[in-house]
Parts: sequence; structure tokens; C-alpha cells
Amino acid sequence: MPATDDPVLRVDKLVRHFPVKGRLPFTSGGMVKAVDGVSFDLRRGETLGVVGESGCGKSTLARMLVGLERPTSGEVRFGDAVVHTARGRHLRELRRRIQIVLQDPYTSLNPRRTVRDILLQPFEIHPDVVDRRHRLDRIKELLDLVGLDPSLHLDRYPHQFSGGQRQRIGIARALALRPDVIVCDEPVSALDVSVQAQVVNLLERLQRELGVAYVFIAHDLSVVRHISDRVAVMYLGKLVETGPEAPLYDAPRHPYTKALLSAVPVPQPVGRAQRKRILLTGDPPSPVDPPSGCRFRTRCWQATETCAHVEPVLTGDGQSVACHYPLPVP
Amino acid sequence: MALLEVEDLRVGFPGPGGTSVRAVNGVSLALEPGQTLAILGESGSGKSVTAQAVMGILDTPPAQVSGSVRLRGRELLTLSPKQRDKVSGEEIGMVFQDAMAALNPVFTVGEQLGELLRVRRGLSRSQARRRAVELVDRVRIPAAKDRVRDYPHQFSGGMRQRIMIALAIALEPAVLIADEPTTALDVTVQAQVMELIAEIQRDSGMALLLITHDLGVVAEVADDVAVMYAGRIAERATVEQIFAGPAHPYTEGLLASMPRIDRRDEELYAIPGAPPNPARLPAGCPFHLRCPRADDVCRSTLPPLSPLPSGRASACHHREELLHASHR
Repeated sequence: MPATDDPVLRVDKLVRHFPVKGRLPFTSGGMVKAVDGVSFDLRRGETLGVVGESGCGKSTLARMLVGLERPTSGEVRFGDAVVHTARGRHLRELRRRIQIVLQDPYTSLNPRRTVRDILLQPFEIHPDVVDRRHRLDRIKELLDLVGLDPSLHLDRYPHQFSGGQRQRIGIARALALRPDVIVCDEPVSALDVSVQAQVVNLLERLQRELGVAYVFIAHDLSVVRHISDRVAVMYLGKLVETGPEAPLYDAPRHPYTKALLSAVPVPQPVGRAQRKRILLTGDPPSPVDPPSGCRFRTRCWQATETCAHVEPVLTGDGQSVACHYPLPVP
Repeated sequence: MALLEVEDLRVGFPGPGGTSVRAVNGVSLALEPGQTLAILGESGSGKSVTAQAVMGILDTPPAQVSGSVRLRGRELLTLSPKQRDKVSGEEIGMVFQDAMAALNPVFTVGEQLGELLRVRRGLSRSQARRRAVELVDRVRIPAAKDRVRDYPHQFSGGMRQRIMIALAIALEPAVLIADEPTTALDVTVQAQVMELIAEIQRDSGMALLLITHDLGVVAEVADDVAVMYAGRIAERATVEQIFAGPAHPYTEGLLASMPRIDRRDEELYAIPGAPPNPARLPAGCPFHLRCPRADDVCRSTLPPLSPLPSGRASACHHREELLHASHR
């Protein structure tokens, strides 16, 4: 099923601040502005990649999308329902429609339950999705779908699987209730290179067959390029650039995107000495006390006075950029 | 005579029921001054154990180490622990993935550097302090004079990695062994740290043995590459040779399975299956279960690492046809 313009998830000015304890008892150390005003639409059947360095807020964003974390302000809309205010029947429906796959397949599966129990659990919570008599068939079908062998693997425990197989179980669990959206938070980061490709291919095939939309969060820019239709670049809790995969990677307009891409090692030794690389100095600033104006200005080579005072907003259609001096379109 | 020579290195660990887990099965390497040799491999390939055996930081027992590790022709494996400690401590610097675990949390960075210099180099307290500041400055940490008074937890991940590099190069070692030095870092910081190591190498002629799983990092910094699989070297070549055309199906699979930053491929090649458990290696070639070229010979006979024209070597029965195919 191809992606359509019809948004399945609308994220509007999402904010999440965490209080930090101060150095002395009963004092406040301020707020970690983990996510600070993020908006985007996720279209039906598409993959939106979210990239950024550690601490940029991408995992907090993931947790808010599926309702594991309550936003300080802003909202996530699924159809007519708002993820964080829904109650009762609506909430259960939302939880069924939006699923998550986590990074660590070693800790996200219960070690004391067999694959059968792990996969039956979603149906115990949502008994109306599949009739009790047909559940076993459904989980066999799911295992088959993710490339595991039902006759062999159904009654094994998570520790009896390799990392890649465990991630497949996590994906099967996420698919069990036929969701519209799966949020994948670093789903292949813990896997070996040779196994990573298997899981990436699996996710792509499932999207083609089932039409599920992904929010694919990762720090590996190459994997994100491969799997995404559109990409959002995050820096210190904000989106600095969003756009379709090809123009964003080939002609980034935000200096941070450009620097991030140029830092990725290229698997081609020929001509490496001539390669131009933008070496950013230092680490990202603390999200407790982000720089005024543009948050990237302290590491940006073209920052001016304006950048210190005026916060740039994300503008443009197609490829949007939040920068006072966006790089030229070639 | 090479600076560092490893010959037929084997490392085993006692496994369940009196068995032996053979983590490293006959690895031979040579490293010249100034050279960067990358050992590329996935988890369980034996790359880190190889590095640890060379550094002499494996506990024996339980580990059983055999073969030969020579630094400037001097055999290290037969030295007494005390002599070994002196040689590896002063001539071989080490950098690990997890700087927080490698640094002592209760001493300041200056104290840790200072202690090293006083014990190993006999410097006075004030000399050691001055040298510590120089070293922290050398690894490009801003305000070195003040930062030496900070504890490891007061630094960011990238800065901590720099401190570990400062400790590793404090005694001006001939060889630096870096085991996944940038794996825990963000790409922008990774680029800074790799650039720093390259710069130190250019200045001092230090050789680098880089242990990594990252093909991109290998392509950026290595002169030569040894690809490890199941405790053996699958293929050894210059970095240009490897990327121009692999001579082992495992390397070929790795290269094809990696998504590219500079273009978008339709579908990634995926090597089927998972790396073998070192406690239960298959008969014949350890890669045959995952290999598209495997035949009866591969299933029964272990291919030795054999030379190919142009100085490279591959442990594959089909190495010549593979090389011809990849250069066509």
C-alpha cells in the first residue's frame, strides 16, 4: 500500500520538560527541556525517520507518541482522538492502533514467558480483536510473517534466541493487533551489521504488505536514509529540518544537518584524504539550559547576532528548515 | 621485523562440562610503525579477545593463551607478569569503548595522569602536574589547566574518551590498541575523536590496532584490514583492496548489507542466519552455513588463510573465483 497524504498521526507543538533536582535538598535544578515544541504529520503507510544525537529528545518523543509519557503541553492526535486525554474504550483502541518496538530485544521481552505467551498477551488485553479459537493460528501466522518457524519457536523462551530473532519477536508482538502506526525506537542499533539488514528488510516488507506507518527513530543516518520516505532532524528538543529523504540527504539546508551528515564515515576509502568534513567543536549543550535564540548557534560556523536573539521557526513546504541563514539550494 | 607480530594466537576459555570455548583460533598479524590495522568483526568474532591477549589483560587462567606475541622481536607471552606489565604498560597504550568503566571515579583526571607519570617515569609531583595539563591540552580539551582538577563524571562521553586517549599516550607508546573507541559516541563526536587519534599518529609515528565493527570507520582510517569471523581471520588486505572487491563471501556480504549514506539502495543484501556460537563451531568452514557459495568441500574442510596475488590473503576455498568475479 503506497503512502497517502492522509495523516494517520498529527503531532502538534509537543513539549515535555522534566524537573531536575538541585544541588541542595528542596531546591530545583531547573527543567530538562527534552522535547520543546515538535510538530509533524505522519501519513498513512509512510516511514518518517527521526535522527539526532543522544540527548536530543528523540526517545522521549517516541514514548509520547505511544502514550507512555505524558506531554507537558501539546498533543498527539490519532484520527479524532487525542492520545493523552482519551479514556476507556477510546484509550484501548488507541493503544491497539499505535505500537512500539524498542531498541533492546534483550530487555523488552519477558524472560519467563515463552514466545507463545508473549504473543498471546496482546489478545488477552484486547480480546475483541481475534476470537479465542483463532488466536493460536494468528500467532503462528505472525511468526511466519516475521520469518520465524512456528513449529520450532513457539514454545521457546527469549534467551534461546539470537538478538536478531528476538527483535523479530518484538516486531511480531507489535503487529499482533494490526496497528496503523509502529514507533520503532532504535530497532536495529543493538544488532550486528549482518543481522541489521535482515531486520530492516523485514520492516520494509511488512510495510508493503500491511500498509503500516513507521516512525523510525535512530542515530544511524545511513539506516534512516535507507528506510525513510521523509526525515526529521532533531537538535536539543526541536526539529531543525524536515523533508523528503533524497533532497534532505543530498542537499541539506540546515547547517546542523549538513554537519551531521558529513560526520558519517563513508564506506569508500578511495578519495578519503580529499573528503571535506565539517568538524563540529564540542558536544551538544545541556538541554537544561539551551542556548538562546537558535539552539545550534553555539556550534554553528555561520551564526550571527540575530541567531542569539531570534529563534528561527521551521518554514518551507516540502523541505522545511529552522534557520535564519539556510544553505542554498544547489 | 615488524613492530608488533602476532603469530598463530589461540585463546580458549573453559566452557560448560569441561569443554573449551575457542574464542581465537590461530590469528596472525603484523603491525609496522605508523600503520593503522583494523580488525573488523561482529560480536563473538574474537576481535576483542585478540586485542586483550595482545595487551596481556586476560586472566590466565581461566583463559588459555598460546601462540606468539612479539613486540620489536621480544616475545611477550612468556614474560613474567611483572615484566609483561612493564612492557605492555609503557609500550602499548589502550583505549576502550566504555571510558566511564576504564577511569577511576574517585580520583581527578590530573591525579590519574599524574600517578601514571610519577610511577612509570619517576617525575616529581609538580613535573607530573605540568605534564598532565600538557596531555589534557594535547587531546584538545578546552581549559586543560582547570579541567585536570575535575573527576571523570564531570566530563561528557566524548571528553572522557579524550581523557582515556591522554592516559594511553602519556608514556608515548609505540602501539595504541583501541577497542571500539567511538562506538558509544555520537557521529559528530566520533569524527572528532578519530581525527584526534590520526593527528597523534601523524605526530608521533605511533601504530594503531583498531578493533571495530564499523565498516565506515575502517574505510576512513585504516591502512590495512583483517576481517575476523568465528575466531579466525577470514580475509586480510589493504583497505582499498577490501572495498574494491572482497575475496571472502563474508566480507562481500558485510559490504552489501550496509546501507549507504550517499545513496539509497532498493533492498539490502542480508546475510542469512546469525554468527555462530564460539562454543559450537560448525565443521569445515565456519561461514558455510551462511554462505551462498558453500559446497561439499566447504562443509568438510576448514580453509586456511591462503595468499592471493597482490599481497592479500583469504580463508575461502573459492577465493580466486570470488576475486575474479568482484573485479569483473
